[in-house]
Order: sequence, then C-alpha cells, then structure tokens
Amino acid sequence: MGTWVQKNRTTVVLAVVVVVAAYVFYYAKNDIAPSMFGAAWDYAIPLVLAALVGVIGERSGVVNIGIEGQMLLAAFAGFFSAAATGSMVVGILAGIGTGLLAGGFLAWTTVRWRMDQIIAGVVLNIIATGITSFYLKSGEILPGVIPNLRVPLLADIPLLGEVFFSGRSWIASVAIVAAIGVHLMLFHTRWGLRTRAVGEYPSAADTAGINVERLRMINVTVAGSLAGLAGVYLSMDASSSFERDMTAGRGFLALAIMIMGAWRPLRAMAMAVFFGFVNAVASQLQQTGGFSVPPQLTGTLPYVAVLVVLAVAAGRVRPPGAVGQPYVKKDQ
Amino acid sequence: MSETSTAAQPSPPAEPTPREPRDRGGLLAYLIGHQSGVVIVVALVISLLVGAALIRYQGVNPAYAYETLLREALVTDGALTRTLQKTAPLVLTGLAVVLPLRVGLFNIGGQGQLVTGAVIGAWVAYVAGGLGFVGALLGMVVGVALGAVVGWVVGVLKAYRGVHEVISTIMLNYIIAGISFWLAVGPLAAAGNSGIAQTELIPEAARLDAVAGVPVAFVIAALLAVVCWWVLSRTTLGFRFNTVGANRGAARYAGIPLNRIVILAMAAGGGLAGLAGALEAEGTLHRFQPAIAGSLGFDGITIALLARANPLATLPAALLVGILRTGAAGLQFSTGIAPEIVDLLLAIILLMVSIPVLGTWLFRSRAAKVSVASTSWGS
Repeated sequence: MGTWVQKNRTTVVLAVVVVVAAYVFYYAKNDIAPSMFGAAWDYAIPLVLAALVGVIGERSGVVNIGIEGQMLLAAFAGFFSAAATGSMVVGILAGIGTGLLAGGFLAWTTVRWRMDQIIAGVVLNIIATGITSFYLKSGEILPGVIPNLRVPLLADIPLLGEVFFSGRSWIASVAIVAAIGVHLMLFHTRWGLRTRAVGEYPSAADTAGINVERLRMINVTVAGSLAGLAGVYLSMDASSSFERDMTAGRGFLALAIMIMGAWRPLRAMAMAVFFGFVNAVASQLQQTGGFSVPPQLTGTLPYVAVLVVLAVAAGRVRPPGAVGQPYVKKDQ
Repeated sequence: MSETSTAAQPSPPAEPTPREPRDRGGLLAYLIGHQSGVVIVVALVISLLVGAALIRYQGVNPAYAYETLLREALVTDGALTRTLQKTAPLVLTGLAVVLPLRVGLFNIGGQGQLVTGAVIGAWVAYVAGGLGFVGALLGMVVGVALGAVVGWVVGVLKAYRGVHEVISTIMLNYIIAGISFWLAVGPLAAAGNSGIAQTELIPEAARLDAVAGVPVAFVIAALLAVVCWWVLSRTTLGFRFNTVGANRGAARYAGIPLNRIVILAMAAGGGLAGLAGALEAEGTLHRFQPAIAGSLGFDGITIALLARANPLATLPAALLVGILRTGAAGLQFSTGIAPEIVDLLLAIILLMVSIPVLGTWLFRSRAAKVSVASTSWGS
C-alpha cells in the first residue's frame, strides 16, 4: 500500500484536492452546486462509455475515430426500435446490438482488410450520418423510461451518493462499473496483458503465440457495445427523442478524453467528469447571466477546453506503440 | 499491371518497429496509379445500384428517380448554372482535404474553415461593396486568409504539440459554428430583422454571379484545381509534400523541414476551404447564414477520397456531388423522396471507393489490398 501511494503521489494528491474542493463548493454554494454536479455527471456518462471504447481499441492497436458514428447509429436504432415495438428492452438491446455491428464493421475493415484506420472511422461516421438523416422520422415517442437505480448504502453518502449512486438510470452505474471493470481487466488479467502486448508490440505478441488479428477483431467489436450503450443513453435516457447529429462531437470529445486520461480507464473517467463540469459551468453562466457572454460562445467552452488541454497534455502522454498500424505477419 | 504495383509496393515490413513511421511509398504510387480509375467506376456503379434498391424500397421507380435527378440538375432552365455554382465550393473543399492528405494529414475541418471564410467574406464584401468587383475580391482574400489561419492553428498544434488533426479540426468545427452563429445574431447581424441569424446583404456590384451561364466561382475553383495539380506534380514544394506523405523518415533525412510542411499543408487546406465559404456567400445567398455551409465541408472528404487525392480528379468528383445535391431538391418535389437520400448515396459511394476489397476482387492483386489513402495517427 505504501509503495502504491508513493508511486501515484501526484494522482493521489490531485484526487484529494479535487474531492475536497468539490465538497467545499457543495456546502458553500448549496443552491447551485448540486445541480451543477448532477449536470456534470449527466454530460460525462456517455463520454465515459465512449472513452472506454477508445481505450480498448487503442490499447489493442486500433484507432477508433468511428465512435461518433457508432453512438449515432445506436441512438437511432435504439430509439426507433423502442418506438416501433413499444418495448424499451428491445430498444436498448437493438442499440447495443447496433453498436456491436458498427464495431464489427470497423474491426473488419481495419484489421481484416487493413484499411487506413482513420479513414475507416471517418467513413463509418459519414455512413452513420447518411443512414440516420435519411431514415429519420419525426413524431415518434418512446414507450417508457429507463428505470432509475439507487445503490443501497452508497447513495446515502453526501454529494457522491447524490450524484453518482442515486437519481440516475442504471446506465450511469454501468458506466462506473465498466470503467472500473476495464481497468481491472486491462491491468490485472491475462486478456489485459495480451491486449496491451498486441497494442504495444504486435510482432512480439505474435511470437508469444497470441493471435494478433483475432484479438484485435474481438476487442474492437465487443467495445462497440459500450458505444451502443452510450448511444442508447443519449436518445433514450438523457433525452427521449432522436435528433439529427445528436451526438454533437461527443465521440471525438471521448477520444480527446482518452488521450488526456493517458489511455487509462479510470483517469479517462476522471477527465470525462472534468469536462462534464466544464460544460456545467458553461450552462450555469448562461442561466445566471452574471457575465455578458453570449450563449453561442459559452456553448463552445467544452470544445475550447479540449483544444487547450490537449495542447498542453498531448505531448506528455505516450500512446500505445503500435496504434494505427495494421499488423502484417512476415510470411504472408 | 499488378506486377508494377507490387514492385512499387515493397512487401510490408513484417516487424514494424513501433516508433518508426512505416513506409508508405507504395501507397501514393497506388493512389495515383491508373488501376484505381477502374475501381472508382465500378464502385460508382455498385453504389448507384444500391441506391436504386433503396429508392425502390421507398416505393419509387429508381430509373424515374435518377432521371428526375439528372434532369433537375442539368437540363431544366438555369439548372446547369446552379449545379456549377454548387460544384465550385465542393471542388475547393475537396482540394482542402487533398492537399493535407498528400502530407499524410486528414483535414476533416473543412466545414469550420468554410464557415470562417463565409462569414468573414460576406461581411467584408458587404463593407467594401462600394468598390464593386474589388469588394468581392477583398472578401475572397480575407476569407482565404482567415481560413488559412484556422488551418495554421491545426498545423501548429499538430507539429509542435502533437495534437492529432482529426480531433483538433472537429473541435474547431464546433467552436467556429458557435462563433459564426454569434457573429450572425450579434456584431455582424443584419439590421432590421432581429432574431434571424444573418449578415447584411452584399451590394449588387460585389456579388459573384454567373457570366453567360458559367458562375465566376466555378471558374476560380477549376483554375485552383489546376494550380494545385501543377504545384503537387511539377514543383519542389509539391515534391516535398509527396515525400513527407510517402515516407516521413526519408523526408527528414533529405532535410525537408517537416514541421513547416505540415503547417503549410494545413494552412493551404484551410485557405482553400475559406475561399469556398467566401465564394458560396458571395455567389448564392449574397450574405452569411449559418445554414449556408450545409454539408459542403464534409462532402469534401468524400470528394477527396473519390478523387484518390488527385487535384484534377476533384473536378469530376465534385461535379458528381454537385449534380446529386442540386437534383435532390427537384427529386423531392416530384417523387417525395427526402433530399437526405443524397447523404445516404454519398455515404455508400464513400464506402465503396474507400474499402480496399473492391480492388482486390477486381484485380486479385496484393497491391490493391492496401487502402485508398493513408494518414498518420501515432506520429
């Protein structure tokens, strides 16, 4: 334990400072703080899920620029199948399934066909925009809502319980569990070691008997289900309608968050919450009007923040060694 | 044919050393190779067939739909002028993707760069409207300059801070959308009609209209396509662009200033997209409205990949997209098919021209297995 704290001193100190600051803010400005923290987490939930998609993909050596499209397709499929069948469960499953399919598409084109990964992702995004804007129907409504989940005991913690463990649908809890789960799996299981090996140095992994292509295919495809869940969250939970281009760049925000989180699931979740908070500050500025900043400009704050933080951080973190490169066996 | 391609494409390195960018020499050869022309045609035919199936599924006769689309885009009164007017910015946004792509950068920020040029170009042309054509010219120059500044920012972030251009350009798209909307309802808003986001109407003299049925904007765009082709294939600068795109390591050893080339390519791309915006504002609505950009910027990606990153080929590629986009309105009028069918059609075309499997299937060659173009994520 002692060594762990020593090794992660900066992280620990930073985390303590942030938590203390959050509690001070919570008790000092009790009129706006709870809603701001709530809004921050609401905004962060799809970003956490989407960033995990990016983390899993890049840790296995595949860039996923298509998260945006995966989310959009899943949001579309989830919403309209729920509206058509009258069942939320069908909608959610359709959304997750669509995410898997889109992930499979990306895996197949980039790993099997060795298509340029960036171009494949952008193609996926444009396909998603094309399909969803043409088959979009207005006037459809959801048959119900996704039930809220209150985690016993944890929900009673002031602030943390209020924000993270109560008053939100189970997708929010899944996001937390998924972040912790991916972290544990990535760094403490055989699958994780293999995935990281395939992403860092595929030929070494190949020599050790790991099937590089298969592992990449499986990882990218399965990660698609998380993007699917993020899409479902957008159209069936955060709002109850599907709108054209409703993902609004969240897939790319998630990639930025993944980089700022240094390709680590838990740090990515922390960064997502940070960006949620930036967004909450932006909308708070709009509501109170204390500053004479026009709403069109405050709305761009999260995107500006991404650029600034990336400009500072991008050079300091190291991506997985083989990211973006298709793996070609020597004897092929 | 496949023999030469295989020769140009040395068998991929089996052990890509992680930090070294891989050799992409064969890719550019493949990109420009005439083999791809056949693939493109086949891809287009397949896409239109898939589109026909989708139209049939909507309960409309596909032959009638395509015929209506073509008639509305080319034959009816003034249609050809409208189509060429639409094509002009598309050529430029296509070039805005092509130039950086030659350096291995994927500029998907054409949308934001175009909006920058549109809002500033419209405003400058309005202010300088008294000068007549000089006013229009000033609008274009300022549009190019500010579009180039946006691209320059992306280039600098990429070259010196390692921020990937795909992320920074997308972020800038949203930032610029916000700023331009604010400009159009705030500081630069047209007087009198509060609430509508638009700038003042550009005076008659400073508009860019068609001369004898040919839009001035189209002439400018076509000339620039030729200029880009000439620069890329006949000048030292173009050679440097291609070398950096083909093999970054070799370019560094040859003493090519990598960072400057990266920044220059992005700034040039941004400038072209900015010009597209200025031309669109001065040539169609004669003012800036947020909706003016449509999907012109994103169509540029499709056009660039359809043109296989060849500047001259952006002309026919942009014309195709221009025809589809112009004809779509008439299509909705006479068949009830939503104009978004074009988004779907373009997506299918993009998929067909970018998946490498078509080339493999047509030529059964290993070279064709490599994808359309190549970008760089890690380096």
